[in-house]
Amino acid sequence: MIIRCNAAFVPYCVVLVAFAAFCGCARDAGPELLNVSYDPTREFYKEYNQAFVEHWSKESGKPLNIRMSHGGSGKQARSVIDGLEADVVTLALAFDVDAIRRKAGLMPDDWQSRLPHNSAPYTSTIVFLIRKGNPKQIKDWNDLVKADVSVITPNPKTSGGARWNYLAAWGYVLKTELGDLARLHDPDAADAVADAHSKAKEFIHEIYQHVEVLDTGARGSTMTFVQRGIGDVLLAWENEAFLSIHELGPDKFEIVVPSISILAEPSVALIDKVADKHGTREIAEEYLKHLYSTEGQTLAAKHYYRPRNPQGVPEKYMKRFTDVKLFTIDDVFGGWEKAQAEHFDDGGVFDQIYKP
Amino acid sequence: MMSLKQHSVLPGFGLTMGFTLFYLGLIVLIPLAGLLLKSATISWSQFFAAVTEPQVVASYKITFGASLVAASINAVFGLAVAWMLVRYSFPFKNVVDAMVDLPFAMPTAVSGIALTAIYAPTGWIGRWLDPMGIKVAYTPLGIMVALTFIGLPFVVRTLQPAMEDMDKEIEEAAASLGATRRQTFIRVIFPTIMPALLTGFALAFARALGEYGSVVFISGNLPMKTQIVPLMIMTKLEQYNYAEAAAIGVVALGASFVVLLFINLIQWWSRRYAA
Repeated sequence: MIIRCNAAFVPYCVVLVAFAAFCGCARDAGPELLNVSYDPTREFYKEYNQAFVEHWSKESGKPLNIRMSHGGSGKQARSVIDGLEADVVTLALAFDVDAIRRKAGLMPDDWQSRLPHNSAPYTSTIVFLIRKGNPKQIKDWNDLVKADVSVITPNPKTSGGARWNYLAAWGYVLKTELGDLARLHDPDAADAVADAHSKAKEFIHEIYQHVEVLDTGARGSTMTFVQRGIGDVLLAWENEAFLSIHELGPDKFEIVVPSISILAEPSVALIDKVADKHGTREIAEEYLKHLYSTEGQTLAAKHYYRPRNPQGVPEKYMKRFTDVKLFTIDDVFGGWEKAQAEHFDDGGVFDQIYKP
Repeated sequence: MMSLKQHSVLPGFGLTMGFTLFYLGLIVLIPLAGLLLKSATISWSQFFAAVTEPQVVASYKITFGASLVAASINAVFGLAVAWMLVRYSFPFKNVVDAMVDLPFAMPTAVSGIALTAIYAPTGWIGRWLDPMGIKVAYTPLGIMVALTFIGLPFVVRTLQPAMEDMDKEIEEAAASLGATRRQTFIRVIFPTIMPALLTGFALAFARALGEYGSVVFISGNLPMKTQIVPLMIMTKLEQYNYAEAAAIGVVALGASFVVLLFINLIQWWSRRYAA
């Protein structure tokens, strides 16, 4: 049969050839792993992936290719729900990882207990980034509501980081009102607890009166504070705050660690159904497990995340982290799902702040 | 379709029509149908509650108000720009002409960040406005600035061809019949370019309604004050509430449809009036 070559077919031929070439390129040596992560982990995973590929080829003698995807934590979770084939996810909060289970059923209910420490191999916390010399004398949460202080934090409706900020401030009030957070679970103190919660609500309300810009994400807020020069204090992830100082010079900003803060646990998880489909379960499991090794922990600390197992992590990294009293979201708020529904869903406490 | 084909003198009607329907279906109709289907997964009362929340209602006002203002500003100043580009020749005219397209070409996030940097109280322009008590960045005014920026090329690029097509003779005739310059503009030139101006206005307006990337950087996103409709959709998505996000999307779509229909009606009416 002769294929009649008509000029009109040329574009189609070009498309077909390009498509074939594209498919050809995608076939690469060795298995491939896709890690879907959030924004501030970019530098950390770049280095960790290199280390893991070396580790893996030493153990198994096989090559490995790791691809990354970064973006806002919630957006990344939605991509996975909508079909982005991630073998593992490493997101900012357990709530987003759990959404993948709830909405798409890609992993079992007990995903969070499959790895040590709530599936969070590294942690962070919420600190204050302030201008050099601390002109407004901001030392703790209650200084945020002083008359002339302007606070920068993202919108908790769109930013995972902002939710940690909000909950950290709430926990501070509970702690100052109750003296000891253990009393939250004491049935005899129910009245005092209810009272503390309403005080916390007032305090949060007051903080947001000092906020004039609510960026959609943590990086946006950092830019507003650092580049635009707006605000006296930025509520930030500890790792982001360190990064800002590291990138922009310690002569401009300082970190203030408040008296108490929240333990931010960025969760990692294997996406079972995808990994089984790709036949990458074994690699993916090892990839996550290796995060807990001395090598993984050291790299996390190097990139300003607090390691879970500090043994073996060089002192030069460990001494960056100020000792601070940290509480967990499970302990104080009864887990993400509850906190989300009560505080951040439509009509929740946050919306009431802006009720006309 | 067969009967239509017989009336056409040009060959290839069936093929192009088939392609057009297929293409529009794939690119436009299927996603829109998906939007409607998604919003239909909740009951009417839920739908109604979602789209009439105070914060959402406030965002309609901001988005439609700012888009309307931005498109109006562009209609006036875009007309002036197009006029200058068509009527006069001057050095580097091509450069100026190409500059009009920049808002088209720039990634919206880049323009948003650039505008914020300039209009923030520490920025080049913001630092002069701030002492006068004019705040642009992080206010509704900032939203209007961003929407004006992205809408400009739509007005200029639709007006240019219409102005170039205008016959000089008509103006000369008007002048020789004793019309003043003002009369010539209002009675002769303006009616001719009116349909193009309206189209440009409608395009700029429609573009502004959906703009997200540049606005979120400059708006400050304060609930009830500077949250735009696309941001409300994003906040619903962050809560994994796809159905309510789609519901707001449907309302925004319906509203833009009505506005565009209205503008098309005016256009149709003005054409008839002109003829």
